[in-house]
Amino acid sequence: MEAEASRPKQSFNVGRWIRPLIGVVVLAFILWRFWNVLFVQQVYGPDTWMRFAISGIILGGVYAVIALGYTLVYGILFMINFAHGDVMMLGAFAGFFTLEALRGTGLLNQSIFWSILSVIIAFLVGMVAATVIAVVLERVAYRPLRGAPRLVPLISAIGASLFLENAAQLVFGAQRQTYSNPTIIERNVGWTFHIGEGDVLLTYTGVLTFVLSVLLMIGLALLVQRTKMGKAMRAVAEDKQTAALMGIDVDQVISTTFAISGALAGAAGVMWGLHMGIIYHFVGFLPGLKAFTAAVLGGIGNIPGAMMGGLTLGIFEALGPAVLGMPFQLKDVLAFSILVLVLIFRPTGLLGEVLSEKKA
Amino acid sequence: MAMLEVRNVHTYYGNIHALKGISINVDEGEIVTLIGANGAGKSTTLNAICGLVKPRSGEIVLENEAIHRLPAHEVVSKGVAQSPEGRRIFGRLTVQENLEMGAFRRADAGAIQEDMRRVFDLFPRLEERRKQVGGTLSGGEQQMLAIGRAMMARPRLLLLDEPSMGLAPLLVEDIFRVVRQLNEQGTTILLVEQNALMAFSVAHRGYVLETGRVVLEGTVDELRENPEVQKAYLGG
Repeated sequence: MEAEASRPKQSFNVGRWIRPLIGVVVLAFILWRFWNVLFVQQVYGPDTWMRFAISGIILGGVYAVIALGYTLVYGILFMINFAHGDVMMLGAFAGFFTLEALRGTGLLNQSIFWSILSVIIAFLVGMVAATVIAVVLERVAYRPLRGAPRLVPLISAIGASLFLENAAQLVFGAQRQTYSNPTIIERNVGWTFHIGEGDVLLTYTGVLTFVLSVLLMIGLALLVQRTKMGKAMRAVAEDKQTAALMGIDVDQVISTTFAISGALAGAAGVMWGLHMGIIYHFVGFLPGLKAFTAAVLGGIGNIPGAMMGGLTLGIFEALGPAVLGMPFQLKDVLAFSILVLVLIFRPTGLLGEVLSEKKA
Repeated sequence: MAMLEVRNVHTYYGNIHALKGISINVDEGEIVTLIGANGAGKSTTLNAICGLVKPRSGEIVLENEAIHRLPAHEVVSKGVAQSPEGRRIFGRLTVQENLEMGAFRRADAGAIQEDMRRVFDLFPRLEERRKQVGGTLSGGEQQMLAIGRAMMARPRLLLLDEPSMGLAPLLVEDIFRVVRQLNEQGTTILLVEQNALMAFSVAHRGYVLETGRVVLEGTVDELRENPEVQKAYLGG
């Protein structure tokens, strides 16, 4: 009840005319740039557009998997787990060390069988490590604050994020590490298509990343919809007290939710390493923020929303600068402008329902 | 021998002394009702039995076992289920999923199916709507679902909190018919009601609560005859 009172008023009172004005200006700008790029200057051929789209879809898949972790935790605790990106970073490191170890023993490229097995092992180790870290994080940084006003666990999450980043720097060093992929999924190697006047490369790692993202999303959807634990998660998200009356151990369900979100982050971390190639202690920060944006874009707390938001954001980030004829360094600016625009025009997100008010 | 004994229980919400030494007994096979005005402590008593509210002193004993220190989700395993005030069904889960949640602690899939059958036999409306999400049900259907969900735990002691609240008179009759039926099938029932007339029509014994204390107890006939009760709760 105290939390209710201390929460600032939601009705962010932009004057009645400012919102439409911002909308019209943004829309006019986008249309003008789009017209310019497509018809006046014709900067890019179809092959380039295809390259942008492919990289956007792959990136979007990773964002979606990370965004699911934010949305799952928010759905149950109404809290943004800002350390989620760092859990992903630690998962990436766990996968990195696993692949290094396998390379050291010579197994990594011994045969196709061992290469495939190595990648599977790297994913498993990355996911398990991230799961353990997410569960411990909940136990140490969030559970003692249950029942505190909503801002308190949020601040704790930011603290946890800084702690994990700095601890990783201390332990792993600040230098960038290069993922050692097995040769069958070497980075920047793949199938080539001839489109327009150029060749478009569809990398093996990209396909692997996207296929895995989709599988993880399907797996999560099935888990939440079909299994007993998934149903208990939904029940706890709606009403913790009544869930306890049903005999559901609410703390255990919350732990499990963190475990699942950690496993997803770990998988995303290893995918990031295999596809992007470079990891370091700060590698989770930007993808984490982007995935958070994606979760808000889709409607935070909403699982299909996180998937859709992730894909949309990835594609927008890859195509946006080209469509708007802007320098590519501005892609992050574009991605976060989306966050601002969503918060102004549709705070509940694309698929969001008005849940924050009712359930808070 | 009493199945449930609540002995001199005191509870607090912050600084507010909600229950000031409540003692009640429920024998096996009985329907016992708690009546009283808003804020008398009826729901708090049920929540204390379920483990949602922890007594600061006093004890709650179910079949010779103290349960007042157990967390709520373990009390369910002891054979106590509650259909809470205001129904509190899961609005985004389907009717069937709501019922499955009621049986959360159980692993006997066959018997769970049987019990679901039993709930659907008692409330055919729920079967028609089994794939519908709870939030789309009418008030009466939600109440049926709340009771059915509590039955799914196969409780020996069923706590019903205001099952008649906000329902049309005909539906209230239906609900109370089911309450009697459940009791005849062997479920002990502790019923909280503001509608004392209805409560007395099904219960064997009752307690009258006022501001956190038991002020009167007795068989339903004794309570009905009591002039205070007549004046305050039966509109006589």
